Amino acid sequence: MLSVLRQPGFWRRVRAMLTKEFIQLRRDRVSFAMIVMIPVMQLVLFGYAINTTPRNLPTAVLLQETSDVGRTILAAIERTGYFKITHRLSSAEEFDQVLASGRVLFAIEIPAGFERALRRGDMPALLVAADATDPVASGTALGSLNRIVQLALINERMLPDQTQPLFEIRSHARYNPAAVSSLNIVPGLVGTILTMTMLIFTALSVTREVERVTMESLLSMPISPLEIMVGKIIPYIMVGFTQAALIIGFGVLLFGVPILGNLLLLALLSTLFIATNLSIGYSFSTVAQNQLQAIQMTFMFFLPNILLSGFMFPFAGMPGWAQWIGEALPLTHYLRIVRSIMLKGSGFAELQYEVLALFVLMLVAMTIAVTRFRRTLD
Amino acid sequence: MTGAPDIAIDVKGLTKSFDGRVVVRDLSMQVKRGSIYGFLGPNGSGKTTTIRMLCGLLTPDSGEGTCLGYNIRTEADQIKRHVGYMTQRFSLYQDLSVRENLEFVARIYGLNAPVKSAREIIDRLGLHGREEQLAAQLSGGWKQRLALGACTLPSPQLLLLDEPTAGVDPKARREFWNEIHALANDGLTVLVSTHYMDEAERCHEIAYIAYGELLTHGTVEEVIEQSKLITYKVSGDDLQKLLHQLDGKPGVDMVAPFGTSLHVSGRDEKKLEAAIKPYRADKKFVWTRSEPSLEDVFIELMNRSKDNFQ
Ligand SMILES: Nc1ncnc2c1ncn2[C@@H]1O[C@H](COP(=O)(O)OP(=O)(O)OP(=O)(O)O)[C@@H](O)[C@H]1O
Ligand SMILES: [Mg+2]
Repeated sequence: MLSVLRQPGFWRRVRAMLTKEFIQLRRDRVSFAMIVMIPVMQLVLFGYAINTTPRNLPTAVLLQETSDVGRTILAAIERTGYFKITHRLSSAEEFDQVLASGRVLFAIEIPAGFERALRRGDMPALLVAADATDPVASGTALGSLNRIVQLALINERMLPDQTQPLFEIRSHARYNPAAVSSLNIVPGLVGTILTMTMLIFTALSVTREVERVTMESLLSMPISPLEIMVGKIIPYIMVGFTQAALIIGFGVLLFGVPILGNLLLLALLSTLFIATNLSIGYSFSTVAQNQLQAIQMTFMFFLPNILLSGFMFPFAGMPGWAQWIGEALPLTHYLRIVRSIMLKGSGFAELQYEVLALFVLMLVAMTIAVTRFRRTLD
Repeated sequence: MTGAPDIAIDVKGLTKSFDGRVVVRDLSMQVKRGSIYGFLGPNGSGKTTTIRMLCGLLTPDSGEGTCLGYNIRTEADQIKRHVGYMTQRFSLYQDLSVRENLEFVARIYGLNAPVKSAREIIDRLGLHGREEQLAAQLSGGWKQRLALGACTLPSPQLLLLDEPTAGVDPKARREFWNEIHALANDGLTVLVSTHYMDEAERCHEIAYIAYGELLTHGTVEEVIEQSKLITYKVSGDDLQKLLHQLDGKPGVDMVAPFGTSLHVSGRDEKKLEAAIKPYRADKKFVWTRSEPSLEDVFIELMNRSKDNFQ
């Protein structure tokens, strides 16, 4: 494969091809707008979801004792604006039932003897059960709870001000134990947006030439399938890179997502991921008979990427067969890469397996593309 | 390498079918280097298919041959380097400008100075002032000219032009042909398909194909000669009635109006004479024996091959 790259004129022909693709892309206003609009629009949309401070989430309370402390806690909870107490419960069965029915998103239990234990400094537990099917909403609300209740107790109930926590919030996220944190979304978004745009760009590239009959001219010229492929992929690597930079930049600026790891490594591996998706999209376009088929194939591929990569649902929670499929999808590996680098500060050593997987997927796609590319009009 | 060095195209027994339907059948042809070879035939007769087989874009089901000495089955890569193919439908990039299209082609062929070469072609084809126009915005005639420019740009030895002048006005057509003759003078071989009789007459040699079979070939004179067709021109009033009376009579193979006269042709002189005898006496008509036109020959060939075909 590498010896082909050294054939005389290989890069010259590739350059001719990619210059042409660039010019065409520039002239295609809609595509050009998509490059900027898709990432920005998606990010703002999802960003709202992240940022929307959840308001008045229906909450049930079960008071096992009537005390001033209890009332203070409830008032403080309501004052956050996140919670709205809609149900007052009288038994533990009701507690489970009301959550299961979905009528409330939270159920809070103040156990018997809470105040006494508090004043003795025994660190009693405040039980909070959350319906975490919407992890973004429940996560934000839960996160604020501890601090607010503690402050309220100190100020209004004249409990000794101390940095030690007075009580413990024993929260239990139901239905989605590995609640995805909001910070996970921006890195995940980088991957999904890139998957979608990269696939679409190349999935149409060959079928478009066939449908516009320019393929007949192209095939009558001395250019090889490999040269055509490389020439068609490179411009979009740059496009994808711009998109990735846009999303990550916005994520850092607007949502304060950290980048703990090496930015260069992130850029490098993002490029690999972009190239992998472009190759897959390109292989679709060599297999599809027309543009419609190419788009259908893209969506067939895109959906499992969203559902089985760990973007929507925690990867570890999926059944074995689904994990196997997930391993064959580039997004799965990229999500691990991007989350590890941004949120955990991982280096190359920890990501070797993911990098290898992306490489293999890319080579498989490219091989399919080059062998499936029809060199004649038969 | 087979075939004499002065033969540009030498193919034998080319056959191609699509979905079980034979589109080109047992086609053999030889084209001399430096000549202009006209390729004629009705719609769907297999001209485009043949041309595509010659430049390696289609693989023949059977048959062998060489193009510029390269095997059409195994050496398509070399053929592509030395052949300029102008497709029937405009197939350059509509969203690229004239200059960008030409520079793209120049770079793919690895020309040393692509920008300069593109500029030279623009000058030669009089595309001046249009170089920044998108191909999509060019009129039909200018598109054809751009396409010709693109396929002559890499200095090929052989040009395959598939109906290069379809839908082009007479003046542009004449200029186009002057250009083709100039190129042939420089030693280029040109195979050109066309539906125009006047263009056929500007070719050094012609071939006629119908229903996938090559029916005749040679110089225009040879083709007319070979047809063995006897033709009478009739002028006078009420030719329409005469046409109906003669049509289908034994011995009359073809009757067709040409402007103000009627062409009556037949292969068998005796039968034809017998058939027209009663009408020759009619003083309304003037009968003159003449050479059949190329069109007479072609239409008669087509009718005959249709009979064989069915
Ligand atoms: N790729 C293909 N698949 C199926 N049938 C085809 C294909 N290409 C051509 N044909 C058929 O083969 C026949 C010959 O087509 P071809 O294009 O060679 O004719 P042509 O002589 O160039 O006609 P025209 O003068 O209209 O251009 C036609 O009936 C056409 O429908
Ligand atoms: Mg044709």
